[in-house]
Amino acid sequence: MSEDAKNTMEAQTAPATQQPKPTAEPAKTQPSMPGLIVSSSPHFHTHDTVESIMRWVIIALLPACLAGIYFFGLGALRVLAICTVASLAFEYLSAKAMGKSNELKDGSAAVTGLLLGMNLPSSTPWWICVIGCFMAIVVGKMIYGGLGCNPFNPALVGRVALLLAFPVVMTTWPMPRVPQCLANDAPIVATTSATPAQSDDPADAALMPTTTATPLKYSKLARTNKTAATLLEDCTPANQKPFINYWQMFLGIGKGGSLGETCGLALLIGGVLLVMLNIVRWQIPVFYLATMTIITGIAWIAAPESYANPVFHLLSGGVLLGAFFMATDMVTTPLSRTGAIVFGIGCGILTACIRLWGSYPEGVSFSILIMNAFTPLIDRFTAGKPFGMPKKKGIAMPKA
Amino acid sequence: MSKFFHFYGGVHPNESKISSGVPIAEPPLYPLYTVPLSMHIGAPAKALVSVGDKVLKGQRIGEPASFVSSNIHSPTSGKIKSMGTCLGPMGNQLPCVVIESDGEDKEAEPLPPILNWRDSDPQTLRNRVAEAGIVGMGGASFPTPVKLSVPPGKMIDTLIINGVECEPCLTADHRLMLEAPKMILDGVSIVANLLQVKNVFIGIEDNKPDAIALLTKEAASYSNPEIHIAPLHVRYPQGAEKQLIYAITKRQVPSGGLPADVHCVVQNIGSSFAIAEAVIKGKPLYERVTTVTGTPLVAPGNWRFRVGTSYAEAIKLAGGLKEGAQIGKLISGGPMMGFAVYSQEIPVMKNTSGILLMSPDEIHQYTSKSCLRCGRCNDVCPMQLMPGILSVQIENERFDDAQNWHVMDCIECGCCAYTCPAGRPLVQHMRRAKAEVGAKLRAAKAAADAAKAAADAAKAAADGKNAK
Amino acid sequence: MSTLLIIVIVGLLTGIAIAIVSRLFGTAADPMEENLKALLPGANCGGCGFAGCSGYAKALAEGTAKPGLCAAQKAEDLEKMVAMLGVAAEAKEPLVAVVMCNGDDINASRQAQYNGINDCRNAAIVAGGAKTCVFGCLGLGSCARVCPFGAIEITEHHIAVVHRELCRGCGRCVQVCPKKLIRLVPKSAEVNVLCSNPMKGPAKFKACKAACIGCGKCVREAPDNMHIDTGTSLAKVNYENPPSEALANVCPTHALRKQID
Repeated sequence: MSEDAKNTMEAQTAPATQQPKPTAEPAKTQPSMPGLIVSSSPHFHTHDTVESIMRWVIIALLPACLAGIYFFGLGALRVLAICTVASLAFEYLSAKAMGKSNELKDGSAAVTGLLLGMNLPSSTPWWICVIGCFMAIVVGKMIYGGLGCNPFNPALVGRVALLLAFPVVMTTWPMPRVPQCLANDAPIVATTSATPAQSDDPADAALMPTTTATPLKYSKLARTNKTAATLLEDCTPANQKPFINYWQMFLGIGKGGSLGETCGLALLIGGVLLVMLNIVRWQIPVFYLATMTIITGIAWIAAPESYANPVFHLLSGGVLLGAFFMATDMVTTPLSRTGAIVFGIGCGILTACIRLWGSYPEGVSFSILIMNAFTPLIDRFTAGKPFGMPKKKGIAMPKA
Repeated sequence: MSKFFHFYGGVHPNESKISSGVPIAEPPLYPLYTVPLSMHIGAPAKALVSVGDKVLKGQRIGEPASFVSSNIHSPTSGKIKSMGTCLGPMGNQLPCVVIESDGEDKEAEPLPPILNWRDSDPQTLRNRVAEAGIVGMGGASFPTPVKLSVPPGKMIDTLIINGVECEPCLTADHRLMLEAPKMILDGVSIVANLLQVKNVFIGIEDNKPDAIALLTKEAASYSNPEIHIAPLHVRYPQGAEKQLIYAITKRQVPSGGLPADVHCVVQNIGSSFAIAEAVIKGKPLYERVTTVTGTPLVAPGNWRFRVGTSYAEAIKLAGGLKEGAQIGKLISGGPMMGFAVYSQEIPVMKNTSGILLMSPDEIHQYTSKSCLRCGRCNDVCPMQLMPGILSVQIENERFDDAQNWHVMDCIECGCCAYTCPAGRPLVQHMRRAKAEVGAKLRAAKAAADAAKAAADAAKAAADGKNAK
Repeated sequence: MSTLLIIVIVGLLTGIAIAIVSRLFGTAADPMEENLKALLPGANCGGCGFAGCSGYAKALAEGTAKPGLCAAQKAEDLEKMVAMLGVAAEAKEPLVAVVMCNGDDINASRQAQYNGINDCRNAAIVAGGAKTCVFGCLGLGSCARVCPFGAIEITEHHIAVVHRELCRGCGRCVQVCPKKLIRLVPKSAEVNVLCSNPMKGPAKFKACKAACIGCGKCVREAPDNMHIDTGTSLAKVNYENPPSEALANVCPTHALRKQID
């Protein structure tokens, strides 16, 4: 073929090969637009949309966000705002770069940003927030093709990336505010091991005058260092009954941690709202928490001097946030109810194992990400028996 | 009365049965009737008339072209104006006969009534059902005589009459049950006699308490066999054959099987009525009760339309459009499984249970958003499939995978697409895959048959050689 | 330092292991097959009837196929191939695909707005595509997407047209068109009857302004080159003896025409 012919070919190939992928948009440019619409049945719809689902998720997250802002002050608000805005910006930019129609208004990026923000300490510098959002939105979601295509929970991808890249910043927890009426009762674990902030940014440092450790950290210390076996009890004022401490932990009073994970009550309110609206499957949080309780309970009964009790495990760390909001992300969890049960149990086992025997004090993020990877397999093996089929488990593996 | 429990999955859309209080009315005689020769599943009927012929009301104008086919009768007296094709509700061209009414509406000699049907043998009754051109009037329009011929080796012990009318908006069966309970029960008894079954149920959803009460009262006088009224919880798609059988008998029709495999036969209310008319009055099937409804209409209602009446006439009869109202969608059938059509020239057929108009603001637009994997489709699928996974496979044209995930069991009820928050056209995906997989299976079967025939021929030839 | 050493040693050992295994168990590629494959265009269109270019190359190397079956192959590559194999090329009339429909949105308007999957095969399931002519091109581009050479374009008025100079006649588009509108015709045929509606003349002219109404003008003008198809009342080109381009001028509806002006 001559050079000229080649050029013609390229010139004409260009428009022809740029055919749109099969989509289901109403055809927009048609001359003499007729009034009637034809489409496949059904012609009725529930009117539930992706936007309405995401709106409810954001509403369900608000109590925990407000609690975080209350306990950690404006620093928390700052982190949440930066994460949300940065997520939306990254979503917009990557959709532009990929030539996809912009779906900012569906709110999924805002949910991811909010969740990531809730998983960060309120003292996180702004640029780390932005890096986290980049990892969450671009690496965690958009490179797979956007909402619905990502195998891993984007917010957790962001959080784990930050945890591995900036371990000190990510585990330096600012002192939470203690309500005046409780100021006399010492918060459970906030009295010891205050270390200076690890940030170079003076503005950030100013935001976190004092730092603390999380209850989990103490329980880990207690296990690894026998001399610190009674540390947990030590830091509980002797004149207080334990259940008050659990109430404090449940409400997040004086408890260190990520800004969105401390107030169990707020998380529970949001979680129950989502379950009631049928936005998340109740099976995941219930089986997650139940499995956690059973495994940590067995460990506690076997060796109460080295392991914390199950109530402590449920109320500490990010397990409530994880169980209600991270493990229930629709995109990355199994489709069926049975699959949800398997997923919840898997998350519970992994979290409990990492917490009890792993090198990290917290294992919620890792366990959920690991179970995300198992989701297609769970889907395949929990695929129900279709109506009228002889009993057979799952879908046969395709032949290679 | 104990309530029957429902089946797995399903949805409960807004019922919108605005025409349920409107009695069935008779439409006027129209100058033209376009009667399709293919108002049933199977081969189109063979025309028995030609252009210029005079026909009488009820006269047979088409005869079955094969085993799965049906008779067609003229809806009025008049002259055959033309024969050609007309548009069907699925956008296909159907062979049709256009009859110009002469205004006299003169009736042909009716078929001889069979008044002693209780003592008639099944074959006589089945022949009558065939002669009268009766098909399933719920939507699928499967020829009734074929359905009533029990395949050899199959035993039928239960007859279920489908008075569920689970489609939102439609009220034709409901009105028929209220206005002609005797005739319906006669028809049910005829079918029960024909099939020699002892268990007879009429399944009615409990959003029609008046119909349940009336039929229960009337059914008390029927014995041998007794007719039981089975009230059902409102749940779409309860009227789907497999789901109805399960709800009433707790028997599961095997995948790819027929109701006869679980010893059941399911008949529609309208068909039962038509069977009674055919047997007792000798009247063939050329008219049916159809609901014309929708928010843009002035006076939605139920009419006994003759086949061949155009949708335009039906809409005019319902008072036309309200001031300032617009049609966004014109649907043949109900909102969940009906076909969106684009022409008002489509004729009413034997299976047109409703004509539904939707205004533009009621319409839900399908989108191409990706699946969120929320799993709602999975929860509502009455066949317990995984529509979300299937649709992604089909989108990528992985039809083998879709077959492996049981796409062929889909009944296209539309629950998945109804509930999908991403607005994905799931039913369209399933139809596409069913078409592709069906074609593949047919090709494989043809190839296997051909190979077998070739092998047989080779064997015969070898045998012949040996014999020499 | 020791870490570095260990890594280097492990890497070396693995490399050696792979080399040994590939020597022992690897299958040598037929150099002939490789050379033949290099002369094929690599579009894997399947038009030759084999499973992609490598399938055809294998068949050629084994001697079970003759050169010349590839519609997309360049002439000089074919010559090289013939020289390499020493087998005469199979004579093959070059074919091009033609969309036998000219009913774009101007000639055959759409009756309704289609809302669904933007693909002809899916749209054909819903109300048949909702065009005035139910046999016409839906213009949603299923054929254009499968064309390995980018030879099919969907015009702004929503109809598929084949660029003759790009089409290599592999026939993939023929299989995907739900309306069965695409045909492979000899490249020598300059003009084609771009209509597939088998209905009667007036009915189809009502449906589409560019329909072949079966008037027979072209047949009277060039009886050797054209004929009227019995049954469909469509004029058809005699492809053994195609008419000249000038014949298109006699067609009153311009159904007989070149596909791209």
